[in-house]
Amino acid sequence: MQTLDPHFQAMLLGILGLLMVSSLVGFGLALVVRSDGAKETVANLNARIRAWWVMCGVLAAALVGGALTSVLLFSVISFLALREFITLTPTRYSDHSTLFWAFFIFTPIQYYLVATQWYGLFAIFIPVYVFLFVPLRMALTGDVQAFLARSAKVQWGMMLCVYCISHAPALLMLEIDGYAGQNVKLLFFLILVVQLSDVLQYVFGKTLGRRKIAPEVSPNKTWEGFIGGVAAATLIGAALWWITPFNPWQAGLIALAICLAGFAGGLCMSAIKRDRGVKDFGTLIQGHGGVMDRVDSVCFAAPIFFHITRYFFT
Amino acid sequence: MHRLVALLLVGLLRLVTGVRARWVGSVPSIRPRIYFANHSSHLDSLVIWAALPPDVRRRTRPVAARDYWGESPFRRYLARRVFNAIFIDRNGGSSSRETLNQILDAIGEDYSLIFFPEGTRGNGEEIAPFKSGLYRLALARPDLELIPVYLENLSRVLPKGKVIPIPLLGSATFGRPLRLGEHEAKEEFLWRARRDVLNLNEAPHADA
Repeated sequence: MQTLDPHFQAMLLGILGLLMVSSLVGFGLALVVRSDGAKETVANLNARIRAWWVMCGVLAAALVGGALTSVLLFSVISFLALREFITLTPTRYSDHSTLFWAFFIFTPIQYYLVATQWYGLFAIFIPVYVFLFVPLRMALTGDVQAFLARSAKVQWGMMLCVYCISHAPALLMLEIDGYAGQNVKLLFFLILVVQLSDVLQYVFGKTLGRRKIAPEVSPNKTWEGFIGGVAAATLIGAALWWITPFNPWQAGLIALAICLAGFAGGLCMSAIKRDRGVKDFGTLIQGHGGVMDRVDSVCFAAPIFFHITRYFFT
Repeated sequence: MHRLVALLLVGLLRLVTGVRARWVGSVPSIRPRIYFANHSSHLDSLVIWAALPPDVRRRTRPVAARDYWGESPFRRYLARRVFNAIFIDRNGGSSSRETLNQILDAIGEDYSLIFFPEGTRGNGEEIAPFKSGLYRLALARPDLELIPVYLENLSRVLPKGKVIPIPLLGSATFGRPLRLGEHEAKEEFLWRARRDVLNLNEAPHADA
């Protein structure tokens, strides 16, 4: 464990303060509201806030623990997300062995590549090798029914839950001039902006939301929520430029890209859930649904953020 | 020692199968019962057993096929010492009447039973017609509550013929107790029992 970066320390204290304020507000709201509908909304809000305490605690512990614990945490997140994803998408008996490879061989290899900072293989392992292996393994079982759909399900699961999410801890391997040993703050920046963007879109949507963006896909996403949430999270991202290697306007633009990618991730994951006729991927996190419901926006934002940073700043 | 292994095993099962118990028509109770479920995986009896609260679990004995659970010393240890299984022979040897008497002896007055009325594992896509064992158990022990249990996804976690389970989320849904009518015919009772298990598949999820 390295000594804590003062900026990082300040950010952790900031999060702690934010959580305490949220809990106080939630507690206050619970005392004030009278109608049953409002009570339910506040109860849900408080469940979400309690879950935020746990999630922030776990994340902070992993980040403070160093690169290895961060990689481990994200590998567990990938594993749980993949489990929820595959549970939700129907597979056939003959897919069993392919899924075995996905869970127990490919997921650990991908995170091994992150941990050993082997960028060349990390970037292509799943899009090339796993992508090609999955249909091959399925063809070898001799079961051709819905072949394309079945292989696509596993390929999608591996891309979203493992490949995309692994780009978050992969931020720790980037070598940025004058920023050595501080990469954990980049990871922190990504998670903070993505999650704030989600929360702020929810808050703006609940309070001002009128025009729905895609009612067939996600009835809760409105233009007012989207614009308000993304704008606010972008501004917060820009205001946090001092923890990143970026200057203020770069930090703002990158935060905007993170927010837009996060929104796209949430929308696509909603489409998958709609298709399967469920509201949430799982029930692991009180008030939030499953792991996948919480990291859907990270899925899309992490690789985009990783590659923008890698292209322009290393 | 066995307690510790049991705790580890329950933890491992929860990790691998993510199994959750959903009680939609009954509540956990330590009174003796017969839990009957659809059967598609060797993990089935273990999963129901693990989904029960600890005090209920300690008084519940699953039936286990001797040819699978008695095969290696480790499985035998788990079956006998940890989840206190009742071994039955599936093919040949004793007649089914003997098997039932064996089961009845094993549960005595204090234990609940986990039972699979299909008799054998299905492919997980449909539930086979129930064999008469459940009817005869109900006839012999009218004092026991019969609880239908629907197991979801277990056939995907560890399907027939596979050795290594993959970690998917499964659930065990416990339904409303079933009673044998006073002069109810065997076929009718078995049909109702099977229907009760099937209906649990459609039971509303508490979190939906």
